[in-house]
Amino acid sequence: MTSSVQRSLPTDEAHELLGLTRELATTELAPRAAADERAGRFPRAVFTTLGRAGLLGLPYPEEHGGGGQPFEVYLQVVEELAGAWLSVGLGVSVHTLACFPLAAYGTDAQRDQWLPGMLGGELLGAYCLSEPHSGSDAAALATRAVLDGDDYVVSGTKAWITHGGVADFYDLMVRTSDDRTRGITCLLAEAGTPGLSAAPPERKMGLTASVTAQVLLDGARVPAARRIGAEGQGFAIALAALDGGRLGIAACAVGLAQAALDAAVGYARERRQFGRPVAEHQGLTFLLADMATQVAAARALYLDAARLRDAGRPFGTAAAMAKLFATDAAMRVTTDAVQVLGGYGYVEDYQVERYLREAKLLQIVEGTNQIQRLVIGRALT
Amino acid sequence: MNIVVCVKQVPDSWAEKKLNPSDSTLDRDSVDAVMNELDEYAVEEALVLQEAHGGEVTILTMGPEKAGETIRKALSMGADKGVHVVDAGLHGSDAVATSAVLAKALGTLEWDLVIFGIESTDARMSVVPAMVAERLGSPQLSFATKVDVADSTVTIQRQTEYGFDTVEAKTPAVVSVVEKINEPRYPSFKGIMAAKKKPVTTLTLADLGLGADEVGLAGSWSAVDEFAARPPRQAGSVVKDEGDGGVKIAEYLAGQKFI
Repeated sequence: MTSSVQRSLPTDEAHELLGLTRELATTELAPRAAADERAGRFPRAVFTTLGRAGLLGLPYPEEHGGGGQPFEVYLQVVEELAGAWLSVGLGVSVHTLACFPLAAYGTDAQRDQWLPGMLGGELLGAYCLSEPHSGSDAAALATRAVLDGDDYVVSGTKAWITHGGVADFYDLMVRTSDDRTRGITCLLAEAGTPGLSAAPPERKMGLTASVTAQVLLDGARVPAARRIGAEGQGFAIALAALDGGRLGIAACAVGLAQAALDAAVGYARERRQFGRPVAEHQGLTFLLADMATQVAAARALYLDAARLRDAGRPFGTAAAMAKLFATDAAMRVTTDAVQVLGGYGYVEDYQVERYLREAKLLQIVEGTNQIQRLVIGRALT
Repeated sequence: MNIVVCVKQVPDSWAEKKLNPSDSTLDRDSVDAVMNELDEYAVEEALVLQEAHGGEVTILTMGPEKAGETIRKALSMGADKGVHVVDAGLHGSDAVATSAVLAKALGTLEWDLVIFGIESTDARMSVVPAMVAERLGSPQLSFATKVDVADSTVTIQRQTEYGFDTVEAKTPAVVSVVEKINEPRYPSFKGIMAAKKKPVTTLTLADLGLGADEVGLAGSWSAVDEFAARPPRQAGSVVKDEGDGGVKIAEYLAGQKFI
């Protein structure tokens, strides 16, 4: 739980929203996180509860059923959710990312038709860019879409798809011509489209309650009316979506790291060795101090990037820095949390070993941290 | 169909509570205050009935200014408006005095149903709904696990040891509901924002035509003569099994009159 965090929020409304988020995190997420992770059980009903509370469309306009919140506030909601249960925080971030192409690049008619449903809380989204042979090199994607009458006929395999098989709608980045980057197009496909299916979920080392699966496209017919943006605009849309998505991952990382820090501090105050709480041994006090500083710095960095975005300024480099720093910090902080708990940290009865396994994913998804460095480096040189 | 839900702000059930030494009333400043959890079921039931039958849901509470938070919570769940009876003279009111105030306040409102939670988690008497119904001369349908309304008839199921009773009355009527009846909703973000704009009327004792001697400590039929802190928990006794553990446990249970 991250209730100990002093938050800087722009409005009273945002304070109310964070209060509601904490209530939901405490009562609906935290009590079942460990059991559902152990069982590998996807908590669809939790997303419905969050959706009804209005948490599945926060950074989108109210006129389309969104929450009308700046990214600065939306991301702190994600952080709180991830602190209680990373699979859910990450799921909210991915869903919000999946709403972005339509919200930012759709026509007015497309937005009026589909956006209220996607933001309204009953539906869950997935974002399909990666493929088995196209990860960091996203523009190498090979899934083909060929226009046939009023439909695109789509064939290929999308990989590492969060909510693959359980989502209600899928953003598909598909190849419509051989031009490497300008030959990619974005389609918004509905679940249940014939020819669109999911492989069995991947067996991951963490976030086992979050479904990750390949999405298989075998002659799936997606109406051309569901194309988002122009033909060939898909790669630009995908990258723009990822800038925001990276901030979501940064917020998830901070929530996770805060949870690990809270667990470590709680334990270190209770556990006594050599006649006093281990927190009072300077070796551990300094470790905890470094952990807390990492978490605070990571939070400040993602909020700075978010405020740039909210002000309409370029924020891609700042988002890459935030994703890189926050997820590396989460890896260090969760590893150190296990160290603070010693043997107890390494067994399942405490949650910190799970936090450590979960942190690793965040250094990989939505652009590996090597790709983030590439993005940052390119902006410098 | 118009419904009034009576709610109460109570100290957090899990908090350690204290009484004021001067007048033996609850020290409200020392604990977090929340909506009586059992009232959330009453609010939810009213909202469900409203979805089916239309009309307005009004939230009624009496209590200090801070109790207005509880009205806001119910409004953020979806209720339409609030009425808050707030007056320094209410301090120390017992169940009888409370029922007098609520009955007077209900007299100023138009309603077909009044819904209560089954009891408050602080006083735990479960008598206010019945007292209010009696003062209003309305039928009371208490301990409901199910509420149905058709035309001007309200029908409830009341859980009993052998099954359930079906109780029926003409509206206007007073209903109290138990926690089995539903699963209260969370407020939504939009609901929280909308609640800020919903009307809440405040009423004083003078507005209700009640005198200071009818309510508060003076108007209460019950009084706290003295109180003491609960003694600290005793350390348990450990029975060591040296082949006669069963006998020793049986002797202990017999000593406590459990067997």
